[in-house]
Amino acid sequence: MTSTVSILALALPAAVAIGLMGGFALLKGMTLAGDTMSHIALPGIGLALLWGLNPLLGGVASLLAGGLLIWQIERRTGLPTENMIGVVFAVALAVGALVTPSEQLVEAVFGGSGAVTWTTVAVALAIAASVIAFLWMARDRLVLALFNADLAAVTGVSVARLNLLFLLAFAAALALGLRFLGALQVGALVIIPPAIARRFTHTLGAFLAGCVIVSVAAVLVGSLVAASQGWSLGPTIVLTAGAAFALSLFKKKE
Amino acid sequence: MSPAHPPLMLSVRDLTVVLNDRRVLERVSFELSAGESLAVLGPNGAGKTVLLKTLLGLLPPASGSVVWDAGARLAYVPQKIDADLHLPLTLRTLLESKARILRLPSSAAGRAAEAADIPAAVLRTPLGHLSGGQLQKSLIAFALLGEPDVILLDEPTASLDELAEAHVYELLRDLRERRGLTLVFVSHDLSVVPSAATRVLCLNKATVCYGTPQQALTPEVFARLYAAPHAYFRHVAEAHGHAGGHGAAEHGASRHHHHHDV
Repeated sequence: MTSTVSILALALPAAVAIGLMGGFALLKGMTLAGDTMSHIALPGIGLALLWGLNPLLGGVASLLAGGLLIWQIERRTGLPTENMIGVVFAVALAVGALVTPSEQLVEAVFGGSGAVTWTTVAVALAIAASVIAFLWMARDRLVLALFNADLAAVTGVSVARLNLLFLLAFAAALALGLRFLGALQVGALVIIPPAIARRFTHTLGAFLAGCVIVSVAAVLVGSLVAASQGWSLGPTIVLTAGAAFALSLFKKKE
Repeated sequence: MSPAHPPLMLSVRDLTVVLNDRRVLERVSFELSAGESLAVLGPNGAGKTVLLKTLLGLLPPASGSVVWDAGARLAYVPQKIDADLHLPLTLRTLLESKARILRLPSSAAGRAAEAADIPAAVLRTPLGHLSGGQLQKSLIAFALLGEPDVILLDEPTASLDELAEAHVYELLRDLRERRGLTLVFVSHDLSVVPSAATRVLCLNKATVCYGTPQQALTPEVFARLYAAPHAYFRHVAEAHGHAGGHGAAEHGASRHHHHHDV
């Protein structure tokens, strides 16, 4: 499998899941959390590299553990989720920088475009499918909970449990982008597609579809440009998404 | 009005609620019959929203009890919305989401909107583009979905102009009369209480008054409740047909709380 084909086999399903998750994250007012939370993957990646394990699995484990930790602290202290993510992020970044072998730190932070194994592609597909399935099944509960948590609770939604599942799915979606975008840039795919889609849509369905389309287009176009020009993959994808956002600014405000 | 002895819908006994080691409600007791409309009045920090959330089961009582009629279905109209209203969310999306959660047919969403007098165009409009009055009616439509027996509303007209406020209370009165709904609403606007409520609960952590608007809304109660200059409340009370401004002057300084529990 060539590196471009294998990375696209991983990146395209990841783009669908991250784009969709970005839409819900914007609705929940936590898109910036994606940017910081992704760094929580670093200690897991570093330890996996040290121990000769699959870095993707290390990143996933680290992010899920971070998600659980944030949820627990938030429940016990009542502090806002974003605040907790900020604290856990700062500590995780420091731990990650210490434990990640320095020669692989750049790839962990900025992503890489080398060929990936079928095992990694299969794991990524399974994670992407799980994230998409969760968002589809929980969409109504998520919409009510983000609209007003008390209203959702009165309607019978277990908001604390839903928040935990959302954080875990959020962490899993971020983990999907680690390999090709890196911990520092995966947040861009959470933030930029919804920022574009919200300018062109008026209904939730159209907005979420827009998030997915922009995310997939940025990954596809960015990957092709990076392969043809010999540029780094992660930054090229982020620049492609950024260029799309710049173009979207030409649309007049309604 | 309803039957001579309407069934009891809600019984609250010695309800005390503690939040962050602070007593927010202290031994509050009252009862409410089905089909009645209870206005909860009180100054900021009196515990009105906490009472509503405790009645809804969102906050646990430290002691005392809240007992609803068995099988009573409750709905809620919150004071504020968490979501950024400039996001692409429409009332239709919210109603359809709630209908799916409650396993109701999608036609129930349309019926709820109709009952709240919401035109089809409003259903399709992003919530951020709605007027304050339309948004409040949308929240009432959301509450109506699922055929509740009781709706609890937290300051449903707080940010509305007088005309929009009148429309909202007219809708609530109409729903109560046509559907026999029981209403519990928090309000800061004393002028709407005589026409919108059959019962008034004055709250300042503990019960300051409870009764019909005519019984409860006296200058003395106003003065005790708000600890404000009595002349203003004498004016309000006179507008409601109460004499007794001197009584307010005499009792205005008295801060002790009587319990008039039913």
